[in-house]
Amino acid sequence: MARKVTTGARIGWSIAAWVVALLIFFPILYAVITSLKTEQEAIAGFSLIPSGTFENYITVQTQRDYFKPFMNSVILSVGSTILALIIAIPSAWAMAFAPTKRTKDILMWMLSTKMMPSVAVLLPIFIIFRTFGLLDSRVGLTIMLTLINLPILIWMLYTYFREIPGEILEAARMDGASLWKEIVYVLTPMAVPGIASTLLLNIILAWNEAFWTIQLTTTNAAPLTAFIASFSSPQGLFWAKLSAASTMAIAPILILGWFSQKQLVRGLTFGAVK
Amino acid sequence: MATQNTRTLARLMMAPSVVVLLIWMAVPLAMTLYYSFQNYNLLTPMNVSFAGFFNYQYFYTDPAFFQSIWNTLLLVLGVLAITVIGGTAIALLIDQPIFGQGIVRILVISPFFVMPPVAALIWKNMIMHPGYGVFADIAKFFGVQPIDWFAQFPLFSVIIIVAWQWLPFATLILLTALQSLDSEQREAAEMDGANFFNRFIYLTIPHLSRAVTVVILIQTIFLLGIYAEILVTTNGGPGYASTNLTFLIYRTARLGYDVGGGAAGGIIAVVLANIVAIFLMRAVGKNLDK
Repeated sequence: MARKVTTGARIGWSIAAWVVALLIFFPILYAVITSLKTEQEAIAGFSLIPSGTFENYITVQTQRDYFKPFMNSVILSVGSTILALIIAIPSAWAMAFAPTKRTKDILMWMLSTKMMPSVAVLLPIFIIFRTFGLLDSRVGLTIMLTLINLPILIWMLYTYFREIPGEILEAARMDGASLWKEIVYVLTPMAVPGIASTLLLNIILAWNEAFWTIQLTTTNAAPLTAFIASFSSPQGLFWAKLSAASTMAIAPILILGWFSQKQLVRGLTFGAVK
Repeated sequence: MATQNTRTLARLMMAPSVVVLLIWMAVPLAMTLYYSFQNYNLLTPMNVSFAGFFNYQYFYTDPAFFQSIWNTLLLVLGVLAITVIGGTAIALLIDQPIFGQGIVRILVISPFFVMPPVAALIWKNMIMHPGYGVFADIAKFFGVQPIDWFAQFPLFSVIIIVAWQWLPFATLILLTALQSLDSEQREAAEMDGANFFNRFIYLTIPHLSRAVTVVILIQTIFLLGIYAEILVTTNGGPGYASTNLTFLIYRTARLGYDVGGGAAGGIIAVVLANIVAIFLMRAVGKNLDK
């Protein structure tokens, strides 16, 4: 920024910003700290210095089989993202490069499916899933997560593809490239960054989805959202263990999230804010 | 322009997504509409009969219905107020020439990536717990009686948790919008002697208005569906004090096994969401024309 600012003002603003940022981040930080405490320490009053035990992490695994919901989260979020990308890429591609009069209407209609409140179709989905034996199955939940995130994916990809200049395509066509060559050699390399960002955002959204994952699973296919929700009725001393489970549940996605800040804005505003 | 060949290919490429979304949208919604006119309880699945508008009447006369609508409204408006005002303030703060801007940004947006059950349970147990939470520790430090948040102010507590989760989203979008504000324009205003407040009112606010609209509309869509945060903290209670429409429908349908009643509530939720959706589509649609 080109503005001239006195060092004093800069220090003042910095202190204010850091205080606010640390306050907002505090609950996460405190959960991480609590996960390193013993259960006695966890309820012994405010303290930012844990005794540094990793026992909670081990206990969560041995007592509650943490690895299983963790793997379910990985499988569901990655699986549904790949499945959704396979459906979304050709679609967004066609709309970006061969638009017709109806393209805009189709895009708006796709967006409108995202507006449907999940709870309104809870019963039909539940009954359909029960009929086809999809309740508490990873296959069923993968399909579900694919469906609810598909409109966002198509929109995001569309806004990325639309930025690829059309002249490049024309140049390739003039040089006699077939459509297939055009896609493989010209467009794909330009589209990869957009696809990667979309992939990242979708994994985050699928990982954190907490309505269908809780409604449609019990034990077998339950991902971390459902697993953590089962901690809501406490039994005995459990805060340090809850913190350990929480820390492990959010750490991977927090790191992914830090890398995808910009894409997040774009994806979640359907390209309205860039 | 595209040849006939390309057009056919384009149609083929779009077909899977259109078909999948069409089925996903039409089938369950049609089923919900159908069930909403049936007497259908999962406990007595043999006794299904036509109910007319009974389910709607039942839902409408349930005292919990109006409370849940009111709670939904308070929840949405409360969170919007906190996130838009707080988000604007924080975005303006981060936009200043501060040390370690990148890290400040990362710290501020982090809550958005925390899954709802974790966010709610951290706040419930480690921050707001009347015996061992941080708020209670602070109260004890000052010799004040700690507040039992979820018993005394259940809905307000849920609002705080949800606002914490969405504050980063508002901040990030408003910050993105702020940073796209032309610095030349800003400097010109400064040269012309506009002070901070004048610049804020005549330059920043008009520039941010579009981003604020987007924040409000998108958050509203998500906030109407708040579920997990309520489930793991108050479970809708005490009584119906923190039950929103989503939670009431869930209760009717899954805990009461009342398919008809739940479906009628679902249709009401669809109508409400559509009212918001129309405005959102208009805002986003304008962007498409650019």
